[in-house]
Amino acid sequence: MVTRRQFIKAGLIGGAALTAASLFYSRGLKEAPVAAVSPGLTLENRPVIAAIVPAILAGALPESGEARSQAIQQTVEGVGIAIAGLSAASQKELEELFTLLGIAPARMLLAGVWPRWEDASPAQIAEFLQGWRKSRLELLRSAYAALHDLVLGAWYGNPDTWAAIDYPGPPEML
Amino acid sequence: MSIRDIFLEGINAGWQSIDASKLEAHRDLEADVAIVGSGAGGGIAAEILTKAGLKVVLIEEGPLKTSSDFKMLEADAYPQLYQESAARKTKDKAINILQGRSVGGSTTVNWTSCFRTPPTTLAHWQREFGLADLTEAGLSPWFDAADRRLGIRYWDQSPNINNTMLRKAGWELGISVAPIRRNVKGCWNLGYCGTGCPTNAKQSMLVTTIPAALAAGAILVHHLRADKLVLEKGRAVALDCVAMTPAGIHPAAFRVKVRAKHFVLAGGAIGTPGLLLRSGAPDPNKLLGKRTFLHPTTVAAAVMPHAINGYAGAPQTIYSDQFLDNVPVGGPIGFKLEVPPMHPVLFGTTLQGFGETHTKLMQEFANTHALLALLRDGFHPDSPGGSVQLRDDGTPVLDYPITDFVWEGVKRSWLVMAEMQFAAGAKRVYIVHEQCNGYATMDEARAGIETLPLKNQLARVVSAHVMGGCGMAADEKRGVTDTWGRYRQLDNVTVCDGSLFPTSIGANPQLSIYGLAARNASRLAEELTKQPAPALA
Repeated sequence: MVTRRQFIKAGLIGGAALTAASLFYSRGLKEAPVAAVSPGLTLENRPVIAAIVPAILAGALPESGEARSQAIQQTVEGVGIAIAGLSAASQKELEELFTLLGIAPARMLLAGVWPRWEDASPAQIAEFLQGWRKSRLELLRSAYAALHDLVLGAWYGNPDTWAAIDYPGPPEML
Repeated sequence: MSIRDIFLEGINAGWQSIDASKLEAHRDLEADVAIVGSGAGGGIAAEILTKAGLKVVLIEEGPLKTSSDFKMLEADAYPQLYQESAARKTKDKAINILQGRSVGGSTTVNWTSCFRTPPTTLAHWQREFGLADLTEAGLSPWFDAADRRLGIRYWDQSPNINNTMLRKAGWELGISVAPIRRNVKGCWNLGYCGTGCPTNAKQSMLVTTIPAALAAGAILVHHLRADKLVLEKGRAVALDCVAMTPAGIHPAAFRVKVRAKHFVLAGGAIGTPGLLLRSGAPDPNKLLGKRTFLHPTTVAAAVMPHAINGYAGAPQTIYSDQFLDNVPVGGPIGFKLEVPPMHPVLFGTTLQGFGETHTKLMQEFANTHALLALLRDGFHPDSPGGSVQLRDDGTPVLDYPITDFVWEGVKRSWLVMAEMQFAAGAKRVYIVHEQCNGYATMDEARAGIETLPLKNQLARVVSAHVMGGCGMAADEKRGVTDTWGRYRQLDNVTVCDGSLFPTSIGANPQLSIYGLAARNASRLAEELTKQPAPALA
C-alpha cells in the first residue's frame, strides 16, 4: 500500500512524480478488486471532475441556481460516459491520475490545491489547470489536455449547449 | 423521406452477419480467405475475393452500425465509430488520431476526399524502395476501377463557405487551389460525413463492397478482435480471435478460431503491425511496425466578419498543394492545405485554453473558419515516422516522436495558414497552440508565431491518416512486404491496407488504398483460383 510519505516524496522529486506515483499505485492496484468501469465514474474521480467542470466551463455554464448545478451534474455524468468509451489502457491511466489526485498530499503538491476538491474555489481550480496547461513537464500538460478534452467534449456533445454557440444542430431528415 | 437501410435489408434477406458479442460458446470458422479489418483495404479485398468464388470470412473488431444508426450526433458517433472514442493518441499523447472502427472502418466516417497517389510519391518509392512496378500508368487502371465502383468524381455542387475561404485566400494570394473529387452518389450536402452518412450517399465500404461480398456469400463477423495468427513453419494456419463485449472496449469470454488457406490483413496501420507483432511474425530486419506515418496536421482557426456555418455542406471540397509542390520531395517537409468540418465537439476539444477565453471563442463558432495543414512525413531521413509497439495488454500503440524537422514544417504551416486567413478576410486568427491568444494582423501573427514554443501538447497536432508500418520494398532489407502486399516471411499472409505505404502519401489516402487493394486482391484471387479475377467495376 502506498504511504503518505511516498507520495510526498514523489511530489517533491517533481519530474518523475506522476509516473512514479502511478507505478506505486498500480502495484497496489493488483491486490485491490477491480472497480466497475462503466459508466466511468468512481468514488475517486467524481469529486475531481465535479471540481474542474465549473472551471473549464466558466462563462459557458448557467450563472447560478438549479440550472447551474444541473448543468454541472449533467456534464460530470457526460465525462463518465466519455471515460467509459476510452480504450482499456486510457481508462487505466485516467484511473491512476484520478486516484492520485484524490490523495491529499498529491493534490496539494502536484495540483497546488490545498482544500479538498469539494471545498476548492473556482479560482483555485483554474490556477491548478493553468499550472498544468503551461507546465514544463510534458506529463502534466498531457494530463491537463485529457481533462480539457473530456469536459469540453461532454459539454459540447450535449444539445442543450448548442444555442449559446449558434449551432442549430443536425438538419431534420424528414 | 425515409432512407433505405440497405445493410439491414440484406441481413433480413439472409446475409451472414455474426455479432460475436452475442456468442454463447467458442466457435470455429473455416474459409478460403480470412480478412482482418473491413475498411478501405479489407472491403475491396472482400468483394474481389468473394466474387472470385472464394469462401471469405471478414472480421471486424468494431460494431456493425448502419444508416439507421447515423443520427449526425458527435456524442453517439465518436464512441461507436472511432478507435478509442476518437481520442486515440500517440504514445506521448502529442498527436490525437482520428481513425474509424466499425464495419467499413475509416471509410464509414471519413470526409470523402479522393486523390490518386501523387506521381511525386510514386517516383520517390521507385527511387528509395525499388517499387518499379508501382507507376502512374500501372496503377491508373486500378484507380479507374475504384472511381467507377465508388462513384468518385468532382463535386458538382458549390463548396460550402468554409471551403470557399480557402479558395478565396488562394485567389487573393496567387496560391493554387483546386476542387476535390469525392466518393458520393446522390449526396445531400449535409456535412455530417464524419458521424456516418445518414443517407447512404457516401460510397463507403459499408454500402458498396461489403454488401456485394455478403450478397455473394461472404461471412461478416463483427465485435471480433483478431488476437494472434497461429504460425507454423513459415505459414499461418489459423487466426485466434476474441469476441468483444457489446460496448466494444473489453474482450468478452468467447474465442473464435478461424482456419483459412490465406490471411489478408487490413486492420489499418496501427492494427495490422500490432497483430503481426502479437503473433511473433518473423522480422529479421527489424522493420515491422517501423516507419509509421501520420500526416501530422496543424490547425488554424479564423474568426470571420460573416457566418461560415462550417458544420453545413460537404466538409472537404477545395484543397491546395502549393506548399507540397514548392519544396523538393526530399527537402523541408511540405504540406497539403484543406479545411475540416466544424462540429461543436471536434472544434471545442481541439481549441486551446479553457474557461472564459475558450467560451468566448466558442461563441464565435458560427463565424469560425478553420484550415488544416497536412504534413507529408516520411520523405526525409529526419522524418522516420513512428513505430507501433504493444502495451502490456497486447493492444497496439504508436510511438511517434515529433522531430525538429517536422516542427520546422509545423511553424511554416502556421505562418501560411495565418496569411491565407487574413487574405480571406479574417478579423482574428488563432493558431491552435496553448500560448496563442489570437492575432489581429499578419504582422502580429508573424511576431507571435515566432514566440510559440514547438512543444508537445502546447502545439496541437492531430492526424486522420495512419500509414506505413508494413512497408513495401523491392527487397527484405527495406520492407517487410513486396509490392503485392505479401508478407515476406509468411507464405500465406497478405497485407492489404495503408500499412503497406513506405512513406506517407501526401494526400488523403483512401483512394491509394482502394487502388492498391484492388490490384493486389485481384492478383491474389488469380493465384488462389487459377482463374482470371473478376473486375471490381
